[in-house]
Amino acid sequence: MIVAIIVGLLAAGGVYLVLQREMLRIALGFALLSHAVNVLLVAAGGTGRRDQPLDGAVDPQTTADPLPQAFVLTAIVIAFAITVYMLALSVVGRRDDDTRDLSDAARSEVVASDDPLDVAEIARAYGAAAPEIHKEPTP
Amino acid sequence: MIEWSAGTLVPLPVLVPLFAAGLTLALHRHARVQRVISVLALLLMMGSAAALVVLADQGAVVTVIGDWAVPVGINLVADRLSAIMLLVSTVVLLCVLWYSMAQGMVDSAAEDRANARAEVWAQGRQDRAREAAEAGTELGADVDPEADENEQREVLPIAIYHPTFLVLAAGVAAAFLAGDLFNLYVGFEILLAASYVLLTLGGTADRIRAGSVYVVVALLSSVVFLAGVGMAYAATGTVNLAQLAERLPDVDPSVRLGIQLLLLLGFGIKAAIFPLSAWLPDSYPTAPAPVTAVFAGLLTKVGVYAIIRTQTLLFPPNEAVDRVLLVLALATMLVGILGAVAQDDVKRLLSFTLVSHIGYMIFGVALAGEAATAAAIFYVVHHITVQTALFLVVGLVERRGGSTSLDRLGGLAKLAPGLAILFFVPAMNLAGIPPLSGFLGKVGLLQAGVRDGSPLAWVLVVGSVVTSLLTLYALVKAWNKAFWQAAPDDVVSGRVGEARLPLGLVGPTAVLVGFSLALTVVAGPLYAYAERAAHTLTDGHSYVEAVFPDGGDRGIGESDATTSEGSH
Repeated sequence: MIVAIIVGLLAAGGVYLVLQREMLRIALGFALLSHAVNVLLVAAGGTGRRDQPLDGAVDPQTTADPLPQAFVLTAIVIAFAITVYMLALSVVGRRDDDTRDLSDAARSEVVASDDPLDVAEIARAYGAAAPEIHKEPTP
Repeated sequence: MIEWSAGTLVPLPVLVPLFAAGLTLALHRHARVQRVISVLALLLMMGSAAALVVLADQGAVVTVIGDWAVPVGINLVADRLSAIMLLVSTVVLLCVLWYSMAQGMVDSAAEDRANARAEVWAQGRQDRAREAAEAGTELGADVDPEADENEQREVLPIAIYHPTFLVLAAGVAAAFLAGDLFNLYVGFEILLAASYVLLTLGGTADRIRAGSVYVVVALLSSVVFLAGVGMAYAATGTVNLAQLAERLPDVDPSVRLGIQLLLLLGFGIKAAIFPLSAWLPDSYPTAPAPVTAVFAGLLTKVGVYAIIRTQTLLFPPNEAVDRVLLVLALATMLVGILGAVAQDDVKRLLSFTLVSHIGYMIFGVALAGEAATAAAIFYVVHHITVQTALFLVVGLVERRGGSTSLDRLGGLAKLAPGLAILFFVPAMNLAGIPPLSGFLGKVGLLQAGVRDGSPLAWVLVVGSVVTSLLTLYALVKAWNKAFWQAAPDDVVSGRVGEARLPLGLVGPTAVLVGFSLALTVVAGPLYAYAERAAHTLTDGHSYVEAVFPDGGDRGIGESDATTSEGSH
């Protein structure tokens, strides 16, 4: 039961983050989603009715199933590598990602630049009256 | 001591390229050594794949890794389907590697300039463009800064191209040979990780944007697939394909359906079946020509292979699922080809035909008979070669005409008649003009559809003929605009593109086009091979017997243990 709730929460959080527009949040969302699946894999080994193989009692009926744990280890390594790659993408593509959501910090940064496309974009974001306010910084 | 047997060959297509990838990465400063290693590795891979095609015809070759007995240990299985897919893939990989190496050597004429500019790399975009323009004019070359920058970005990361390409090859082979669901997942991840890098090679704005979409979609499909693997393990206590095939029929039908749909959803995204295909035409065309070619040829087909494998081996026939697949196949064909008709960029047009023709293979899988599966296998083999060849030709067109937009091309039939032939033959093959292999594959599918006889199958038969005609229309339109209409001034005056295409680029393209023609010539034996492959796939026991030669132990699945435990 607890495992099911954990999987549900992780999956819900992951889906929410993946649906955001920033690459960084998508990367974090995927970290959560892959954790959800990892917990699901561990649960596939029957966590409810099995125990750790310690205590001297090594009864195959009740010791933890090692196979899903091996799967999860592999999946964690893969997810880790891909997450690093996505983080790299989010850094490299920051200035070029046209689906990004302009946060306030990004806005002020872009206003300082002389990219006419971005100024138009900000004007749209601020409404029609805004361009006059921001015309000064552009050379 | 190693005992040499047929089974020794099976791990080679995975091991050799992975090992070579490590070597090429270590030797990244020696471009020539890198090239030799890559070519040797792929040749070795092709040799073992060819041997496996012959050996698998006598019965599936099974290798148990590390000598751990089968349900516990990992096994690699090369049956006819795996072997033929592996052989065609390595031929395609080798041609594309040759093409990209030639491209690298041709571009290395610009390498000095690129090195000079590498120092400027860290500076701002504007600085870099200005510097590049200056460097260009100093050397007397008349190039605009943007094209120059693109060229620089294509030249620079050549050191990582070879290792990544070899890892991709290893991943494809691992997926084809995997004898259990989890290794199939690992194979997918290996090839996807390599494809992420190849797609964003050079890191231009376009590629990062396209790559982001591609990575997100591919990751989502992997997560779904992995969840499916987890469910399968929870239900049966195994991920071994042969053991799953024995145990899944005993599992509760609704649970089984859930597993089946999860796996289909995961593979469907990778194979770009209609509602899940929107990512493909947006991400593939931005990559360099050889990368697009190898992606278009192989990656979606690995998804199709996984669908064929799981549908035929694991799950007992389920009419509802087949009907859904038929409808999706129809939608994939029609939506894909209508998208292609609307494009005026050749690369995007071809990406849409790629999506569309995935529909044919799904049609074959969904009909679920022996004849239909055989036709689907033949069609996959045909489509891998033809689609890759077309993308390579488009790479040549881009070099000669300076663009892939149909509005800016023209007159190429007169300016480059050889190129025109290279485009025309695979284009007609893709559209399914007799007597080429595309026609034979489609006829096989149509016959299977007619024999099935249900109303939905008839709709599919009509739909695939319409799709075929629309493919012809789209490709003839491309042919007319790029090769037949009057040439625009830019192309005639040589202001864009190159007057002569390098032999190193034409060579592999011609070889691949020749290979697709050879598929037509040997279509008889090949189709018979596909039929035998389909027979062993659909008879339901050959695969299991190959993996468990001593009459497999059915064992007790986790689900049974759970129910007996739950009772007390």
